[in-house]
Amino acid sequence: MKTYTLKDFKSDQQVRWCPGCGDYAVLAALQRALPKVCQEQGIGKEQVVVVSGIGCSSRLPYYMNTYGFHSIHGRATAIATGLKVANPSLSVWQATGDGDALAIGGNHFIHAIRRNIDLNIMLFNNRIYGMTKGQYSPTSRLGTVTKTSPYGTVEEPFNPGSLVLGSKGTFFARSLDVDVLLCEEIMLEASRHKGTSVMEFLTNCVIFNNGTHSDISAPQTRADRTIVLRDGQKMLFGSDRRKGLALDGWRLKVVTIGEDGVTEDDILTHHAHEDNLGLQMMLADMRWPEFPVALGVIRDVPAPTYEESVRVQCEEVAARSRVHTVDELLGSGAVWEVK
Amino acid sequence: MQHKVIDSQDVVIRFAGDSGDGMQLTGSLFANMSAVFGNGLSTFPDYPAEIRAPKGTVSGVSGFQVHIGSHKVSTPGDYCDLLVAMNPAALKANAKWLGRTAMILVNGDAFDEAGLAKAGFSGDPFEELGVEDRTIIVAPINKLTQDSLADSGLDPQSILKCRNMFTLGMACYIYSRPLDYIYSYIEGKFAKKHPEMVSPNKKVVTDGFNYAAAIQAIPNTYKVEPAQLEKGRYRNITGNQAVAWGLIAAASKAGVPLFCGSYPITPATSILEELAIHKNLGVKTMQTEDEIAGICTAIGASFAGSLGVTTTSGPGLSLKSEALGLAVMTELPLVVVDVQRGGPCTGLPTKTEQSDLSEALYGRNGESPLVVMAASSPADCFDKAFLAAKIALEHMTPVLLLSEGFLGNGSEPWRIPEMADYPAICPPLAQPQEGPFHPFERNADTLVRSWAVPGREGLEHRVGGLEKNHFGVLSNDPDNHALMVRERAEKVARVAADLPPLTVDGPQEGDLLVVGWGGTAGHIHTAVETLRAEGLSVSYAHFSFINPLPPGTDAALSRFRRILVCELNSGQLAAWLRSSLPGHEYIQYNKVQGQTFLSVELADAIRRAL
Repeated sequence: MKTYTLKDFKSDQQVRWCPGCGDYAVLAALQRALPKVCQEQGIGKEQVVVVSGIGCSSRLPYYMNTYGFHSIHGRATAIATGLKVANPSLSVWQATGDGDALAIGGNHFIHAIRRNIDLNIMLFNNRIYGMTKGQYSPTSRLGTVTKTSPYGTVEEPFNPGSLVLGSKGTFFARSLDVDVLLCEEIMLEASRHKGTSVMEFLTNCVIFNNGTHSDISAPQTRADRTIVLRDGQKMLFGSDRRKGLALDGWRLKVVTIGEDGVTEDDILTHHAHEDNLGLQMMLADMRWPEFPVALGVIRDVPAPTYEESVRVQCEEVAARSRVHTVDELLGSGAVWEVK
Repeated sequence: MQHKVIDSQDVVIRFAGDSGDGMQLTGSLFANMSAVFGNGLSTFPDYPAEIRAPKGTVSGVSGFQVHIGSHKVSTPGDYCDLLVAMNPAALKANAKWLGRTAMILVNGDAFDEAGLAKAGFSGDPFEELGVEDRTIIVAPINKLTQDSLADSGLDPQSILKCRNMFTLGMACYIYSRPLDYIYSYIEGKFAKKHPEMVSPNKKVVTDGFNYAAAIQAIPNTYKVEPAQLEKGRYRNITGNQAVAWGLIAAASKAGVPLFCGSYPITPATSILEELAIHKNLGVKTMQTEDEIAGICTAIGASFAGSLGVTTTSGPGLSLKSEALGLAVMTELPLVVVDVQRGGPCTGLPTKTEQSDLSEALYGRNGESPLVVMAASSPADCFDKAFLAAKIALEHMTPVLLLSEGFLGNGSEPWRIPEMADYPAICPPLAQPQEGPFHPFERNADTLVRSWAVPGREGLEHRVGGLEKNHFGVLSNDPDNHALMVRERAEKVARVAADLPPLTVDGPQEGDLLVVGWGGTAGHIHTAVETLRAEGLSVSYAHFSFINPLPPGTDAALSRFRRILVCELNSGQLAAWLRSSLPGHEYIQYNKVQGQTFLSVELADAIRRAL
């Protein structure tokens, strides 16, 4: 069994993202995570395949010294699906963006989730079309002014988390690009999850949408405006970890321990493995300033994967079939002899 | 009147009725029975796009034509000798296919005032259609079926549903078919799950047979002897089934798994349905969320080391075009089967045409060459699917196999081959090596790159839709792009070295060469034979490979003064030949009606051109 280091996953290609681009951090996290993934799963790096569509983030496979497929706009999910179903032993990672996954590739995205294909989908959400130089995306906030929305957008954005959970996704996690360790942590969790794991990385586009996430990602306020969820742990946040999430009827609310008689017992505990979507959906939907933005693994529930079910079905059908060769197939059914 | 049993060499029967009348089943049962009897056979279902159009209307008529012969039969026949019309609309829709001496068998119970009105008749339907001189048999089939099954214990609706079996019994009498095959079919179908249906079905088909024998209205019956076919085991096969089996056979020969990603579309759907059955042979199929996912999952599977396949019809091919370009660019093996239908757009979903050829050749952005080939009969779909896969796997290229609705749904007897007689398929798998693997380095002779499959250590590499150099590194270099464009085209051109040369049937030189491609082979062949029987000298060449054209094409064409290109479009092969092989005089015979050629009209066209 080979052991790898970060260097083994770096290709000889020069990384050509803009200086300051958030994508560098996610790439670095992936190169840190994969040696551990290979170790944990007992696989060689030749078992790792990175697939992407089109867009800035989709250049990622070229920077990875693994098998890689840089495909066409929106279709990476479908290509990764075929790859994984054809060879379920591969560890398949997909790099995609908010336009690639949620606009042109929206259909493949929800259907991969519905089928629960064991893919690790890294969704780089910078809320803008960067590669085409600054048009609004399906995650741009209402009113965003871009070259194609000079008076502000008049359409509501998707929240990728709600889309994943609404499709009954089995895994959803979120991280900020600036938190490389959390990025790596959710990648490791995603690799352990059997099924479609969607990781949303809130990335900064330094050229066309600079600071889009800075309201929550700035170092001085991050602790108060985000909450890192971990299974089995209290939902606490804030620089002094005295703030927390509690239930108020059917809604979440932010409370402070020691105020209004609130004690730690009133704070909710996170259950990422809970199948019921209700609370996880509310967590995924939280927006600052009303709430902290949820980071970490929000949902991680077991379910059969498509490719494993196909594999099992092939075996079962073969076991009870009388036809095992092509010659037997051709001679099956109504056949007659001309003498 | 003296009853005669007439020996016939050819008989064409058209079963027609409402979409719900069971005419497709009746027709296929008659066909399968004739196949097992040993007749030459060709069938063609002609059905509407609507599942159940308004009852009794012309738009809801579903037909199934069977041509049986005491010799090898190559088309479903132009005009019919017997038209079975279960209602006035079926008579109206099919009167134009009646032969001059045809017999018409109608269900008299459906020819009431309401039925006639629904079909738009105001008086005698036979006179209105000008077919009153044919032999017309009016049988009260509803009533006879009800009488036959009065004591069966079935409910009235189920009884009425059996009228197609009564009709089949009558047809069996007219064509001297013993009922054994039908009995065993009924037992096979019902014995396990619906044993109560076995004896009523047997009874009603027997009563139909006996009724036809008892009435005096049928002047003659006919006998079609078994054909003198090559010795061997035979089965009846449709084009779509043959495509599916050919792909399975090729994957097995090559030792790679078969993966089909596809989306249901008429008339290609039954290929996916057929492949989905054969999980026992390791076939993986995915019914994807759309046409694009169909081809993209197939490309992903090819990258993973499978034979990736996607099946579709014209509108689906349009949706797949960007991904086809990706397969061209990444140089991965892929088979795309297009079962053509009438276009453009949704067009005529259930009708046949050859109008996707230009799309197959040109329908992608950039310079995007791929192999285009075509199947020429239902059974030939097996060999062509096998070859399409062999070319894709050995030449690392997408191959577009054109079939047609006529082939996909049509059937004919097929002599079952031995897989040992088929050639080996040897994909250019990359071997472990010293130093980095360069994905776009090419074999000097074939220009084919090697195939490195994930899981093989030391061969890690990246492919994608962006232009690259031989090392697999992204490149915007103008000279590199020019080189790669040239090499991709040349790689496809060099597939010709593996193809059989174009053969000319008949005199090897002369004034006129008749040319066709794809599913028109049977009709053109029949027309050519007819003309030869008249003493005319006719030369004929049929194309199965269109890009690249087979070796020897230019030389073969140059031995003729004029080339008559016959095709079911406005001249797409003719245009391809004019641009690929200029310097010949091409003339055209075209038909774009969503219908096959008729052999008689082809014979006329060739006669005029001679």
